[in-house]
Amino acid sequence: MLYLQLFISFFKIGLFGFGGGLAILSLIQMEVEQYGWMTQQEFVDIVAVSQVTPGPIGINCATYVGYTVGGLWGSVLSTFAIVLPSLIIMLSICKAYFWLQKRFTGNPYFEQTLRALRFTVIGLVASAALLLMKPTTFIDPVSWIIFAVVALLTISPELTKNKVTDVISHPILLIVIAGIAGYCIYG
Amino acid sequence: MFWQLFYTYLKIGTFTLGGGYAMLPLIQREVVDRKGWIDEEEFLNMIALAQAAPGLIAVNSAIFIGWRVGGWRGVCGAVLGAVLPSFLIILAIAMIFREWKELPAVEAVFKGIRPAVVALIAAPLFKMAKSALKTKGEKREAKGFLMLLISLAAALLIWLGHVNPVWVIVTTIIATLIVVNLRFRI
Repeated sequence: MLYLQLFISFFKIGLFGFGGGLAILSLIQMEVEQYGWMTQQEFVDIVAVSQVTPGPIGINCATYVGYTVGGLWGSVLSTFAIVLPSLIIMLSICKAYFWLQKRFTGNPYFEQTLRALRFTVIGLVASAALLLMKPTTFIDPVSWIIFAVVALLTISPELTKNKVTDVISHPILLIVIAGIAGYCIYG
Repeated sequence: MFWQLFYTYLKIGTFTLGGGYAMLPLIQREVVDRKGWIDEEEFLNMIALAQAAPGLIAVNSAIFIGWRVGGWRGVCGAVLGAVLPSFLIILAIAMIFREWKELPAVEAVFKGIRPAVVALIAAPLFKMAKSALKTKGEKREAKGFLMLLISLAAALLIWLGHVNPVWVIVTTIIATLIVVNLRFRI
């Protein structure tokens, strides 16, 4: 039954999807190919839309594929199915983390491991930014200007902390301004 | 707590453009800076857990913060808030505005937004490094500068080595446990 197929597929993806949105996209692609839910071109279009719409790419893609395959209920099912493993596993990990935190605060194994992980995370975030620095994102020198301006505005509170820097460093404001700039420059 | 987390994550989810990591600067802004629900240190811990666990990092981080701040209700509020904007917008596009993405105006807007998102992800790195380097003055704690080598190694492994971040996290955990064990024997 179609709905069952959808649920199982996206549950599997949510369960085995490690390493970020793009990895999850390829898992979704495998399921789409396996069940012949749509043509390659249709899937490519869905991926493109998923990357430009707000929210996690995986959710966007799951919802869209679910809708294409099974209508409204298909999209509800696929979105729910991809989130469910996280609810089970991540929640367990969180509970374990907070329990460990209560029990082992001060314990050097616990504290130092978390500390090392914080430095690893810095590397993770840096790599995420580096991976995005490709020709499709930075299409011309203007892109780099936008990058520099947004970066500067974002760290402005660290240079001078006042009401003005608080406002101009807000990510939402910067995204809106960047969008408007894009429209004016490239439109 | 449900509604607070729901509303906060609704905002975050609506303006996350470009994937899970693009959500982090917004979470940092709204959850850490504005609401103070978790501190900078816990924010970094959260990223590690959210990345290590299977599934979308965006959903995992919503679960972490939701649970931390408001238990079950917090989790429901945060996850719904994170997922709903995506869900509704995609449905709107799939059902009605199918040709939406073809409009040249839309592509122009995104040409501006894409480099901005990279900046939003990269810019907080200094703040993160500062916060991670804050030492509690414990004895036998490794020097900050050396620890930054871990950051460098992680970044290079993932960016150039194409190693899955999960392996980097697992390796860090195991390596640290071993090192701590050794230091205590020396």
